[in-house]
Amino acid sequence: MNSNIPVLVLASPLLGALAVNLLGKISKKHVTPWTLGSLVLSAAGSYVVLAKVLRHGTFTYTVGGWNPPYGIQLVLDPLSAIMLAVVSTVALIATGVALPSIKKEMLNRSHLFFSLYLILVSGMMGLVITGDAFNLYVLLEIVSITSYGLIAMGKGGRAPLASFNYIIMGTIGACFYLLGVGYLYLMTGTLNMEDIASSLSGLYGSPTVAAAFCFIMIGLLIKMGFFPLHGWLPNAYSYAPVGASVLIAPLMTKITVYLMIRILFRIFTPDFIFAAHSGIRHLVVWVAALGVIAASVIALNQKNFVRMLTYVIIAEVGYMVGGIWLGNTEGLTGTIFHIINDAFMTVCFFSVAAALLYRVGTTRIENLHRLFEKMPLTMAVLVVGALSVVGVPPLCGFFSKWYLLLGGFAAHHYGFVIALIFSSAANAVLFFRVLEAAFSKDEMTQPEDAHAEEGGEASGREDAPAFMIPSLVAVAVALILLGLNAQTVVSQLVQRAILNL
Amino acid sequence: MDIISKYNYIIYIILMMIGFYTMIRKNNMVKKLIGMNIFQTAIILFYISIGAKRGGAIPVVDPAIAEVVARDIVNPLPHVLMLTAIVVSVSVTGVALATMLKIYKAYGSIDEDQILERVKQHEL
Repeated sequence: MNSNIPVLVLASPLLGALAVNLLGKISKKHVTPWTLGSLVLSAAGSYVVLAKVLRHGTFTYTVGGWNPPYGIQLVLDPLSAIMLAVVSTVALIATGVALPSIKKEMLNRSHLFFSLYLILVSGMMGLVITGDAFNLYVLLEIVSITSYGLIAMGKGGRAPLASFNYIIMGTIGACFYLLGVGYLYLMTGTLNMEDIASSLSGLYGSPTVAAAFCFIMIGLLIKMGFFPLHGWLPNAYSYAPVGASVLIAPLMTKITVYLMIRILFRIFTPDFIFAAHSGIRHLVVWVAALGVIAASVIALNQKNFVRMLTYVIIAEVGYMVGGIWLGNTEGLTGTIFHIINDAFMTVCFFSVAAALLYRVGTTRIENLHRLFEKMPLTMAVLVVGALSVVGVPPLCGFFSKWYLLLGGFAAHHYGFVIALIFSSAANAVLFFRVLEAAFSKDEMTQPEDAHAEEGGEASGREDAPAFMIPSLVAVAVALILLGLNAQTVVSQLVQRAILNL
Repeated sequence: MDIISKYNYIIYIILMMIGFYTMIRKNNMVKKLIGMNIFQTAIILFYISIGAKRGGAIPVVDPAIAEVVARDIVNPLPHVLMLTAIVVSVSVTGVALATMLKIYKAYGSIDEDQILERVKQHEL
């Protein structure tokens, strides 16, 4: 039983999806307990796995008893176990927000929504721990297809339109990845990642391997919304129902960045990337720096909170990709730590957006008024998230950015350093604007009126729905704890993960 | 001469470029979707070519024959992988068609230029 936990972590949401779909047809009462129950189970399982990996080191799970290289292997090293725990925790937090928001938006279809949602979570967790290059493609497509469906469930015509563009771009990305895996198979005759890595060591000069590398990297860069290839991302995430984007936005991009680390270091190894092809390395860091600056500038022009967040996400993808390709330990430490932090920060912002949509009905920045009086708790959580993303010291965003900056200096990539500082400043402006709007009174032009209204409407305090509050509090606490324990997290988790790569 | 005998690899690249061009250049969403399918099919052709051998036998081992010579048998693994890839491609097509139906209901068109015009009208 104990040894089967890795696969049970994946199976729990999958079976939950089946139950939600069938029982939800009979009564909508079944949706909440089954969704939450299966995610709590898999989160608990993922913590057990993480504890086991930290105590006893890396272990693998052979699916169905078919031994590698023929069978599929789940690899649980420190990095993938950390990612598994992050994915399951963020999914659980997101679900607390998504349940009330989706029940309000589309009660009749909530069972359909949550069965897709659970399959998506299951796919994401599989993506994180699989050790087979082709299995990774299949899981990537499971995750993408469910996201296409969830995004298309948004209101009006814009959501399916955004989803269609995402389908086209996502398929190009996945096909490039598949083609790259085909080239690797052609050279090595195996699909198991460890096996590919060991057969590849004598083949670094081969043009076929270089082609495989390019195809896989371009495929992943499309899927993660890296700056020049990000076209699909803002529309898809901002027109999706907020219950879907609160899960997809924090996790999808970060998981793809993690996959990039995994493929770079476990399949191709640093010798191949940083020694044989160092020209590409500088190019990627420069493009990442440009992407960070461009996305921050575009974010400054947005009038809608959620749309602004999507560009913040694109900027953060630039941080992380740049951090990987700096090619030193500081950069990689920063990237891995930032994957964890940014997943929590993004889920924080989208939870706040969901609460705002639930109570205020809009996320246009100019329509957000008097929110500190009306929703003090939600706004407090937003302040914590904003301080973290700007990089104010006691919060976690500061520490990962600090490591990325150290990496930038160590690699003498001052363009990247400048981009990071610029983006922090831009984030400060962005979130200050939101908070200022939320602090302001209704009628800026008629202060007397607003004053009179204040007396009459003193009971206008209406915070986020009770169901969302645990998630909002949990995410704020997580951001603070990650910041206060940054030293421990880096030395106990992140650096161990890097040593085991 | 060597390159002509590997014509299947050339065809896969040509097919892939046709699909890629159609996906990027065409405004009609059905055409985009067909382009996507051609693109995916090209990759299937590539994988099938990896496994195929001239004059290779089917990969069913007869227990009566004592010795199995791998060189004489077609490699079945890429072919099996492509079964999965076909399933993926069918499901993506299904989701895309359903999405397209929703778009058509909302805007009464599947031409991107017309839809963009209507989106602008909606927003005004």
